[in-house]
Amino acid sequence: MRRYALRVVSLAAALGLWQALTSWNVDLWLRFSQFPTVTDVARTFAARVSGPDYWTDLTDSLARILTGFLLAAVLGVATGVLVARSRLAEDLLGPVLEVIRPVPAIALVPVAILLFPSNEQGIVFITCTAAFFPVLVSTRHAVRALTPVWEEAVRTMGGGRWRILGSVVLPGALPGVFGGLSVGIGVSWICVISAEMISGQYGVGYRTWQDYTVVDYPGVFVGMVTIGVLGWLTSTAVELLGRRLTRWLPRTAYVPGARPPRPDRPVTPAPAAPAAVPGGARSEEARDEHLV
Amino acid sequence: MSTSSETISNTPPGAARDSSSEAAAPAAPVRGTRLTLAGASLGRPGAPALDEVGLDIAPGEILTVVGPSGCGKSTLLRTLAGLLSPLAGEITQDGKPLTGPSADRALVFQEDALLPWRTLRANVELPLAIRGVPRAERRKQAQTWLERVGLGSQERQLPHRVSGGQRQRVQLARALAGRPRAVLMDEPFGALDAQTRAGMQDLLVEVLQGTGATVVFVTHDVDEALFLGDRVALLGAGGLLAVRDIPRPRERGAHDDPARVALRRDVLTSLGT
Repeated sequence: MRRYALRVVSLAAALGLWQALTSWNVDLWLRFSQFPTVTDVARTFAARVSGPDYWTDLTDSLARILTGFLLAAVLGVATGVLVARSRLAEDLLGPVLEVIRPVPAIALVPVAILLFPSNEQGIVFITCTAAFFPVLVSTRHAVRALTPVWEEAVRTMGGGRWRILGSVVLPGALPGVFGGLSVGIGVSWICVISAEMISGQYGVGYRTWQDYTVVDYPGVFVGMVTIGVLGWLTSTAVELLGRRLTRWLPRTAYVPGARPPRPDRPVTPAPAAPAAVPGGARSEEARDEHLV
Repeated sequence: MSTSSETISNTPPGAARDSSSEAAAPAAPVRGTRLTLAGASLGRPGAPALDEVGLDIAPGEILTVVGPSGCGKSTLLRTLAGLLSPLAGEITQDGKPLTGPSADRALVFQEDALLPWRTLRANVELPLAIRGVPRAERRKQAQTWLERVGLGSQERQLPHRVSGGQRQRVQLARALAGRPRAVLMDEPFGALDAQTRAGMQDLLVEVLQGTGATVVFVTHDVDEALFLGDRVALLGAGGLLAVRDIPRPRERGAHDDPARVALRRDVLTSLGT
């Protein structure tokens, strides 16, 4: 409760500072006199929310980023596993990937325009490329860092290649993969907004740039706030999903954003009463079925 | 190694384990398997650990293997498991050469080899799942095995929530759940304290009853080797030094039995400790 209060206070303080600087037209070295006030932005925001364009922009941007990001997640994990597990794949794909990787995704706009019949696909392509590399790199590292004995154990049980992939490699690499996904979703937002600014029709980025060109500064800020909130929501979603799928990780006492630590369950000699396990305790027991 | 050639002919005593004839264990069919090494050199290419090993492990016997750290005990076991191939010579199971790992030969690791994202029961279910046992059936069997190692009420715990000794018990249950014909154990109790270790040894003997599986048990603890084994193989620098029969029945603390005292002294001398 206290922590939520702190977060609200932090946001409120930032808004208050903004309002103070702009309404008093502070013009020291930084010039806030041209800056819209919080109330200006709020008024514009209210007007936009009741109009149709705002929601079209929002859903368009979301559709683009989700498509791009999901594609990147699947391709990134698949390529990462392949490159980490197969020397042939590493030799074949490695050089190409390493050359493309340093190119900022937004510099691929010309490529996207040349390659794809529609802007829409180009934007998804750029978003996907942006998220692909963080996912690829962290998957590759996570797969290489797997404890060898897990794989050996499954092999001595008669498990083959696919069983090892499904029962050891994928679940074992998951914590690392989610590291990449968290970075990826952030980069995706940067790129989807930039790409929309350059070549989009509709979309939060397109609208923000539009507002700038017609000198509608409060509108620009509405766009920025929207991007901020959407980005926060999506990365939180990725984070929560990751935490849910990797519940089995031994937990440190402090987890940012988690509920306060649960009272510890009696672990060792369960006093010979297997029947009554307290209800709350179930929550931490692994739901690992979906990983099998 | 000239000594090893003598020990090849050292045939094991009555292959049947004493424990399977005593006690009320249901007379399960003996499912043991014969593992034979002939002139085998073991190790990684470029780093051979054992040379010219000749050893015949009879179906259903418990062979313990002792030797100082780094003498190649683990290499021997990993080769028998099929994770390593011999550098030279031949290793056969019931006369057929080994070709890689198989569910027939379960390996119990010294380190923690449970999959940390699976509950204890899901870990024990794994070999059954690989064999294609239907879900309900494998759940039941896994539960039974967990009960046999005394963890029946903790089936939904994750490995990191239980103690090291309990994790080793789960590894044992997991190895046996696959109904292997040979169980290869690599210092499974090496990291446990003395108290837990003695309990685990008793549990092992009890749990193995009626499975009929051939057991190769590697340890650096001479007393553990003499307590558990039907025979003990002594490994030293570069090769197999000797194989000795161990008097039965199994008895902890029968330290005044002259035959046992002599054997223990003999083993320690052979190992050069």
